[in-house]
Amino acid sequence: MQEINQNSQTSLDFNLDILKPNNENDIQDIIKYCYKKNLPLEIIGTGTKQNIGKKLQCAKTLDMSNFSGIIDYKPEELYITVKAGTPIKTIQDKLKKNSQHLAFEPVNFSEIFNSNLNEGTIGGTLSCNFSGSRRFKVGSARDHILGFKGYNGKGEKIKSGGTVVKNVTGYDLSKLVTGSFGTLLVLSEITLKVLPLQTDTKTIIISDLVFEHSLSIMSSALSSSNDASGAVYYPENLRSSFVFNDLTHSGSITAIRVEGTKTSTKQRVTNFFSDLALEGKKTTILDNIQSEIFWEDTRSLKAISKKTGNILRAVVPPSETINLINRLKTFHPSYFIDWGGSLIWLDLDYLSNQKVDQIRKRVLEAQGYLTVIKSPENVKSSAEIFTIDPIKFKISQNIKKSFDPKRILNPGKMYTGI
Amino acid sequence: MTTLKMPKVDRKVLKNRANIFQDICKFTKKENVLSEPEELKPYETDGLSAYKQTPMLVVLPENTNEVSKILSYCNKNKIKVVPRGAGTGLAGSALPLADCILLGLGKFNKILDIDYKNRCVVAQPGVTNLSITHAVQNEGFYYAPDPSSQIACSIGGNVAENSGGVHSLKYGTTTNNVLGIEVVLMDGTITRIGGKIYDSPGYDLLGLITGSEGLLCVITEVTVKILKKPDTVKAMLVGFPTIEDGGNCVTQIISEGIIPAGMEMMDKVLLEATNNFSKAGYPLNAEGMLIVELDGTKHEVDELIDRVAKIAKQNKSSSIKISKSDEERLKFWSGRKAAFPACGEMAPDYYCVDGTIPRGKLAKVLKEITKLSKKYKLPVANAFHAGDGNLHPIIMFDANDEKSLEKTEKFGSDILKLCVKHGGVLSGEHGIGVEKRELMCEMFNNDDIQQQISIKNSLDPSSLLNPGKVYPILRKCAEEGRLHIHARDKSKFSDIPRF
Repeated sequence: MQEINQNSQTSLDFNLDILKPNNENDIQDIIKYCYKKNLPLEIIGTGTKQNIGKKLQCAKTLDMSNFSGIIDYKPEELYITVKAGTPIKTIQDKLKKNSQHLAFEPVNFSEIFNSNLNEGTIGGTLSCNFSGSRRFKVGSARDHILGFKGYNGKGEKIKSGGTVVKNVTGYDLSKLVTGSFGTLLVLSEITLKVLPLQTDTKTIIISDLVFEHSLSIMSSALSSSNDASGAVYYPENLRSSFVFNDLTHSGSITAIRVEGTKTSTKQRVTNFFSDLALEGKKTTILDNIQSEIFWEDTRSLKAISKKTGNILRAVVPPSETINLINRLKTFHPSYFIDWGGSLIWLDLDYLSNQKVDQIRKRVLEAQGYLTVIKSPENVKSSAEIFTIDPIKFKISQNIKKSFDPKRILNPGKMYTGI
Repeated sequence: MTTLKMPKVDRKVLKNRANIFQDICKFTKKENVLSEPEELKPYETDGLSAYKQTPMLVVLPENTNEVSKILSYCNKNKIKVVPRGAGTGLAGSALPLADCILLGLGKFNKILDIDYKNRCVVAQPGVTNLSITHAVQNEGFYYAPDPSSQIACSIGGNVAENSGGVHSLKYGTTTNNVLGIEVVLMDGTITRIGGKIYDSPGYDLLGLITGSEGLLCVITEVTVKILKKPDTVKAMLVGFPTIEDGGNCVTQIISEGIIPAGMEMMDKVLLEATNNFSKAGYPLNAEGMLIVELDGTKHEVDELIDRVAKIAKQNKSSSIKISKSDEERLKFWSGRKAAFPACGEMAPDYYCVDGTIPRGKLAKVLKEITKLSKKYKLPVANAFHAGDGNLHPIIMFDANDEKSLEKTEKFGSDILKLCVKHGGVLSGEHGIGVEKRELMCEMFNNDDIQQQISIKNSLDPSSLLNPGKVYPILRKCAEEGRLHIHARDKSKFSDIPRF
């Protein structure tokens, strides 16, 4: 420790278990210290997604929550550069003032993990790469990161990308780092693409469809030129989560969102009514604020967050969804379907390793993948959280080694051995 | 021809050429292994024709298992492999090495699955970009990324180079539109990444491989998402008395929350050249012109056109023309797409630079390019994907004058340095290849580059797959050549639109 402090530009006390960097030098010194001493390091923001992935027992915790702030925001260039510990809310509030937003609608896990409406930091959001209902139209978090600066497992400062959208200059490490759960490097600065907020939003709610019919309608909606920006299905048992004055019908909810100028949304709604043969069906149109509340509730998984259950996330080709849901009925899950039929959020009262394996098998047979989001400690410690095959495990292990040769950054967070 | 330092030739491998030929013939049909000089010649260069190198052998495998066996064999015997799609790339990423097997994916030319239910197409890598749209257009669908060479460039090459096009601002580049790939690693391992789904768990290998210029693996299958064609598409031609006014207009359009499907800018030199060439009806009194394309529902497009016209007037536009039919819209584009041949009419040779800058810096950077043009005494025409900041200055010169070529290369290099200086990057859509390899130090320091190289090493420890590309191999960031196309060299795809 002595020799580290001799060269160190920080006043951090390395004897503490939780190390809170205030600047880039601090981050670098902490990683270099841990690298030298072979100390595993758990990286956290505000901890809102800490429960996703394996539970870590690291010697040190790198708490990035002090490393926060907007570095550069150029609305006309459609980008914002922030420190990794910046709360999502700070970024959203700033963007909103210029009628812009993070179009990938990061999933808000605050209600799922009871984090008092705090939905975490941008660093954590990117490390997890869980994106909301606009996914099929605008991409996910990985499509919105333009560049970053960060520190690899040796404490070397690494940068990639820039502030521009079109960029083929070396490997696109921004994408590799997104969704890597902090196992490759510690992000310090992030540049994100931002997009204009649409001036008008409307949501067509079709009530009481059986789920096969709902999926077929969502599929037609996404295959049309009416440019839907959200399509979600809630079965009847979750309907009570949505209380709107205008929602007078009962039964399941199928919701299709359109966004644009007022002229545009009006025309699209009319087009959808005709293209999807909605006349005579139990429909309601949610306008701006009501529509926003509905999708905000979807983004924060409100319908399944009030339960104390276990949460799994399955992604399959939309054509496989009906079959998969039927094959999962034996587990009696509560569920809702997002991304126009491709993303299934499952909520189960009881979960065991065996159940995870059985569900994963069915999801894999449907050419998809399963992620365990929330589960009891005993399941979490032994079940596979993320789907992976042996070849990609080996590739991932090699890539991990190239960033973090001593495996000190979030070791085992995603997979044992990575 | 400009000389280029490439990885050291392995004499042992070259000596063993005859045996290697025999061995490779065990993995694929004999007629798929080319070894005669006249057979190898067409493969000696890609779209960056300033550099030529005859490969040791050319192999044209027919399926993934053959690719796997060939790569595994080359890995064991330490033979370099250079993958190649259609060979239209402009940065020299498919430039052969003297001791390499050039692995051509031209026989992987089938569309395997058109899946409307999941809104995607599965294609072999040699399928051209445009044939994907052709395969689905009867049902009203299309594949969004549209590099100008789309008639000839392959979808595998698009993934390797992360190709863009004029609609990237709204619809993204290849990386935002590819869902899955099947790849073969250098050791012969076959694996599938992604599929008909979004965001596979684990490290984003799809994102890593897209744009990796053939250095990490060989792509043997590609799944891309397809979109329904918008109801209405219209284009506007807007003339400006100065480039600054045009640049300000671009900034204001974006600032007001409008994301056009495409937004292109051309300077006066290019306007005149292309208008003479294709009679597109461009405003010849303007110093700069924007093509703004808007799509969506009919009313929405009309509304957006009104808004853009208003913004244009606020920025002193000298003329506004709106397409009245699809034919007219395509005519508007015809001049822009003829930029290369039009420049070919003005000078014996031309040389295209590809860099990206923040779009707000457009006027400033173009001014500096004009200064450089005077300094080097070489005329330059400017085309610019204004919507996403991708700059394509075209320098005109005479390759018969050696000094002129040297000056042109320095000029190109200065432009790219300008891009980086103004917060941009070295390549927007052509890639680094061998062309800009030594300029990587302008953007990255040693740690950045070493990290990238160590990823390469983790997948290809002996560095046999496309070595000598992307990362600098000279000790210093020496300046080397950039894209040089002989306007009259018809054998080098000079008739294909380029950017």
